Amino acid sequence: MSGRRARGPRPRALEVLAPGPSTTVQDLGRPGLAHLGVGESGAADRAAHRLAQRLVGNPEGAAGLEVVLGGLRVRARGALLVAAAGAPVALRVDGRAAWSGCPVVVPDGAVLEVGAPAAGVRTLLAVRGGVQVPAVLGSRATDVLAGLGPAAVAAGDVLPVGEPGDSGCTAPVVDLAPPARVERGGPAVLRVVPGPREDWFAPGALEALVGTPWTAGSEGDRVGLRLAGEPLVRERTGELPSEGVVRGSLQVPPSGLPTLLLADHPVTGGYPVVAVVVDADVDRAAQLRPGDAVRFVLAPPPGSAHPGGARAGAGGSAPPTLAR
Amino acid sequence: MRLRACGDAALLVDVASPTPGPAGGRADALGSVLALHAALRADPPPGAVDLVPAATTVLVRLRPGADPAPASAHVLGVAARTARPADGGGPAEAGAVLEVPVVYDGPDLEEAAAALGTDPSGLVARHTARPWTAAFAGFAPGFAYCVQDGPPAPGSGPAQGGDGAGDGPGDGPGADGAGWDVPRRASPRTAVPAGSVALAGPFSGVYPRRAPGGWQLVGRTDARLWDADREPPALLPPGARVRFVDVGGGPRPAGAS
Repeated sequence: MSGRRARGPRPRALEVLAPGPSTTVQDLGRPGLAHLGVGESGAADRAAHRLAQRLVGNPEGAAGLEVVLGGLRVRARGALLVAAAGAPVALRVDGRAAWSGCPVVVPDGAVLEVGAPAAGVRTLLAVRGGVQVPAVLGSRATDVLAGLGPAAVAAGDVLPVGEPGDSGCTAPVVDLAPPARVERGGPAVLRVVPGPREDWFAPGALEALVGTPWTAGSEGDRVGLRLAGEPLVRERTGELPSEGVVRGSLQVPPSGLPTLLLADHPVTGGYPVVAVVVDADVDRAAQLRPGDAVRFVLAPPPGSAHPGGARAGAGGSAPPTLAR
Repeated sequence: MRLRACGDAALLVDVASPTPGPAGGRADALGSVLALHAALRADPPPGAVDLVPAATTVLVRLRPGADPAPASAHVLGVAARTARPADGGGPAEAGAVLEVPVVYDGPDLEEAAAALGTDPSGLVARHTARPWTAAFAGFAPGFAYCVQDGPPAPGSGPAQGGDGAGDGPGDGPGADGAGWDVPRRASPRTAVPAGSVALAGPFSGVYPRRAPGGWQLVGRTDARLWDADREPPALLPPGARVRFVDVGGGPRPAGAS
């Protein structure tokens, strides 16, 4: 099908040999359309996406690949510069190990392999020039719930890669990634802000949320992460009229076991949200594997001049870092 | 009205929280939500990236890292200006009314009519009698939860005969959804065809694409509710007004249920 030596410069691309368990194209999503029923979507670990893009000199909003549990094999068309961030993986170029904390050159025709991560779930892979599949509503992100954007990456796909000169690229501004923030051992500690519907729960539910251990479930799901633990007790049993929810919302269905909403969450939901994970911590939540331990701690209310003063009280559950 | 915390990068404006005065109930909330959403879109809070209306709330999502304090103050200011009862508050005066042609032959037409204490022709008469307003979106891109305008206030226009028999005198122009209370199906369908016109609770909606669903299906339309290549992509964004028009029968296509 593809001639080994085409005339003139071949269009740059990633030729997918194997997608691994689940690989999607992601960028920073579609903000501003939630009132039409379109969620933001985009990389589930946004910080890792941004870092990977900076490593190859792309604008942070360029599109790359979100690789769940490794297994991706792609052949380069044209010499490409790639970088990985998020769940730490071994990269191989034509079978030779490449350091994965910095940009890696993949020569024309060479095969790049993304190994399985030792910890975490999602590796964000950037390629200089960006993955240039057609955008839908201003984004190339695959929203698995809404069915927007490109289909999941499949073997045989040829993903166009932009020319750096046309794609807003600069010289890379980071040349070595900081150590991955993915949790290894010990519980992941996620800060939460109580509400908006903590009043739907029995007294003590918030204390139970932050005072008891939780375990992550549902691997690789971009919509939400189920949590196992001691069920939270709801006080009100009626139906909550649907309301807007955000990434990080801890939605509690009648079972009492919260679901932590991730990148492709529905824009509205009818289950009360007992608390919301602080935005900056949701990226780490998206890296949790089934069985990983999770602990929630109360964050100071946003904009509060007295950190920990509102709900955390003096009861000893306030984050210790606040008492300077 | 009450501002509820929603993490460190959003605010949830709850318009249904008990407030002094006559406008504390659910029915009035939809009108207040629409008015507040429109006002906030016209005058967005600092740092806002998304404004999401729903049944009784407007979610204001902020750029991560934005200070929520000025956004809160801004929302309260806009809400105070919008909440004046004198302006009618309702969506009823806004915009042109779009017509959506409907073939009323849905598989749940009889059941939904029975739930409303009428027959299929009575349901169709009610459904088409007055415009509906797209209150908010959810479920799928382009799916709008629509509520029907209340009957004209006494003396404000020609009396609308025929369908208003059950509507109490307390229903003003902002009392959206009055007269509709349709239970969802006991077991949802695994696949509802695109274009299905459906009812649930006080709402009517049109499925923008094939999807699982538990609403009662009363008809179908060939109007395109969602087209990502169109601007705007949603036929019925919040605040849009729509009149369903009965375009007559025709046999139900095989496999519609």
